[in-house]
This record gives sequence, structure tokens and C-alpha cells, in this order.
Amino acid sequence: MNYNWNWGILFEEQYFNWLLSGLGWTVSVALSAWVMAFTLGSLVGVGRTVPNRLVRTLCTAYVELFRNIPLLVQMFIWYFAVPELVPDDMGRWMKRDMPNPEFVTAVIALGFYTASRVAEQVRAGIETVPAGLNAAAKSQGLSLGQTYRYILLPISFRLIVPPMTSEFLTIFKNSSLALTIGLLELTAQSQQIAEYTFQGFEAFTAATVIYVCIALLATILMQLLERHTRIPGYVGKEA
Amino acid sequence: MIEIKNISKWYGAFQVLDNCSSSVSKGEVVVVCGPSGSGKSTLIKCVNGLEPVNQGNITVDGQEVTAKNTNLTKLRSRIGMVFQHFELYPHMSVLENLCLAQEKVLKRSREEAVSRAEALIERVGLSEHIGKFPSQLSGGQQQRVAIARSLAMDPIAMLFDEPTSALDPEMINEVLDVMVELAKEGMTMMVVTHEMGFAKKVADRVVFMDEGRIVEDRPTDDFFGNPESERARDFLSKILNH
Repeated sequence: MNYNWNWGILFEEQYFNWLLSGLGWTVSVALSAWVMAFTLGSLVGVGRTVPNRLVRTLCTAYVELFRNIPLLVQMFIWYFAVPELVPDDMGRWMKRDMPNPEFVTAVIALGFYTASRVAEQVRAGIETVPAGLNAAAKSQGLSLGQTYRYILLPISFRLIVPPMTSEFLTIFKNSSLALTIGLLELTAQSQQIAEYTFQGFEAFTAATVIYVCIALLATILMQLLERHTRIPGYVGKEA
Repeated sequence: MIEIKNISKWYGAFQVLDNCSSSVSKGEVVVVCGPSGSGKSTLIKCVNGLEPVNQGNITVDGQEVTAKNTNLTKLRSRIGMVFQHFELYPHMSVLENLCLAQEKVLKRSREEAVSRAEALIERVGLSEHIGKFPSQLSGGQQQRVAIARSLAMDPIAMLFDEPTSALDPEMINEVLDVMVELAKEGMTMMVVTHEMGFAKKVADRVVFMDEGRIVEDRPTDDFFGNPESERARDFLSKILNH
């Protein structure tokens, strides 16, 4: 292979700034979408376990809808279809005046999609809590809301830290799909560097290394969280 | 105090309770026994509405558990219940296990809840363990904590669902001792158990169940001295003869 390696390109001011800006958008999209996914996903996940059948059905429908449509398709629907479906004024605003439309759309698409996955983890966590604890809480006169607040959620959220770590990492990786609607996040910026300089290997290696670093950092943070919230002698290995 | 009138219950096509009636007066200790699968646990869980009944009705302290308009949450807070597998809140220390419902249900102040909890933990002999988590205690200790947790609510009656069945033999007595003491203090108790020694010692009456029916409901001495039914005689000979 006759390839002219030039790692120095990555540290030229223009391209270095592109990478930096791409990293900024990637982190912003992923973290914003995570806040949304975590909040909405927790509500939907709880909703799938409550006694009320209507709430359960609605929450199940949400999960099945958003989990089963490819994320890329969802991103296109939010970006291209939704502005045409909403009332005219709102559609015009979305297309013309909404600030950072690619960013907002990416966060919404990624947030709704990831919420369906978070909801499944939350539901699984709640269902893992032994039924007897629910009975004990009931027998003490705790209301349904109090039982969730003080017993079911504190236990299940501790149990699901490991699978939630995976979801948290996935949201960073999935954020790269935002390049398809024109957000200049990390992958898009490396592609742009490759096109400008013909140094594709260097550009995508840089993106790879940055993604790996984000993932490692996130993993370490989640492990600290897991250790910090561990119930003595209940689940997981002793620290 | 507890009136059970003609209750029946089905799980699908299977009838778990068949026209059961009994009662527990104030200060009385009633032991419910019988072979496994006879419906004893289901019966006791119907008393505080953890299990719904399909027919009949149950009243506790004049309030109908089975009525739709009863505030079941409020009623449950006045009836203590102890489970076979303890069911302590695993993410809370012993102290917090005792304080939670006192503060959230009875709306006691933190100081009041803590002092009540400390007194009860001392009473069951576990003062030095008050800061520990449930999984750091032995089964017998956990069950004593569970009893203390129920007592913290100042219940008008206590329900015990096989409280010693999940315990190692050497831990059974420490739990039974606490229960005997409670009974002697005049607590109204309904106890599902296989501990016939306990029944003989403190029970006023014994209810014997088989296949979802109450076969005998008689004073303790009569039941052990002269069981009426063939089924009860057979049951007693199996569990008393060794």
C-alpha cells in the first residue's frame, strides 16, 4: 500500500479545532439525550410495572414503538417528516427559526429512542426486586407511591447500574448517526478532515481513539457509582 | 378483633379457600396449622388484604377488609405482619427499617421514630446491630428485626406467616421466645406455624386446615388431646412422633 502517513495533520490548528468542535457536539448531544432518556425512560419503565392496566399498556406501546424502529429512520422522521406533520406555523418555525435544528433534532431522536431501552432496564430492575418486599411495604401501610419511592426504586436502580452503563456508552456511539442530518459531531468532522486532506486513516484513527477514551472514562465513572451505591452484602462482589 | 366469615378464593379454576370462617378475639392467640398447600398462608394474607377474596367477608376491628370503600392502606398500617422470608428492606440499616413506615405512614417525627426503634431493637436483644444491614445478620436476627419493625407501628394485632420455617433449627427458639413474650403481654396474634410446641405453650385456639377448608377450630388442649378428624390425627401423628 502506497500511503503517505502524516499524523502531524491532526495537530494543525484548523483540523485540531474541527476535532475539538466535533467532540464538543458529540458530548453535548449524548449528555442531553441521556438526561432526556433517563428521565423519560424511568417514568415509562415504572409505568410498565404499576397495577393500572391503561398506564401499563401505554408504556408498553411506547417501548415497542421506539425500540423497534431503526434509530436512523427515527432520526430522518424527526428531521424531515415531523415538521411537515405538525401545524403549519410550528412546522415553519421548526424549519426556519428553531436554533440549532440539527442538534435539537438529534437530541430528541436519540432521547426518545434510548428512553425505550432505559425503560426496559428499569422495568427489569423493578421486577427483580423480590415480590415479598412489596408485600412487606404494603403490610406496613405504605402507599403505592411510597413503596416505589422508598423500596422498589432505590433497590432496582442499584441493580441496573451495569446494564445502564452499556446504554450510557451506546448513546455516545449512536450520536454519530446525527451526521446524517448534518450535525458536525465527531464522526462528521473526521470525515471532513479526510476529505480536505486525504489523510483518512489519521482522521478516523483520531475519532476512534477519542470515542474509546470517552467510553473508558464513562465506564470508570459508572464503576465508581456502582461501588458507592452498593448495598452491603446484597448484590455484586465485595469491593 | 378479627372476624372471618365464609370466605372462598380461587386461583383460576383451583379453589384455595373453601368457605372458611373463624375469628380471633382481642388478646387471643390463634395458631393456624395444616399440611402444606392447605391454604393457611393464603388465609392469613386475606386478613390484611394482601390477597383478595372472591366470596365472604373479613372484618378487623370493625372495619371490613373486603369492602371496596375501606381505606386498606390505613387499615394495614394497624395490623403487623411477619413473613416467612423476613422481607426486611435490604438497602436500609436495621434502624431505618424500623423508622421508615413510622415516619412516612404514621408521620412520627424523626426523634420519636428513632427512640421507638431503639427501644424495640433493645427489646429483641439486637441493640449492638442497629447500624447493620439485614444481609449482615443471621436469619434469626433478621426475623427478630422484622418483628420489631411490625411492633414499631403499634399494631392492634399481629399476623405471622410461618415465621420460623426459613430458619436454621438453632435459631428458631430465639424467634419463638420473642413471640411467646408478645403473646404473654396480651398481643392479639394469628400465627401460621408448624411449631406445635409453641402452639401448646401459648395458643388459645388451634385452627387446622386441609385442602382449603377449616377442618377443626378448637381450644388448644382439646385439639391436641382429642382431635376430632381423622385428617388432624394423621397430621399430628406425623409431626409429633419424632
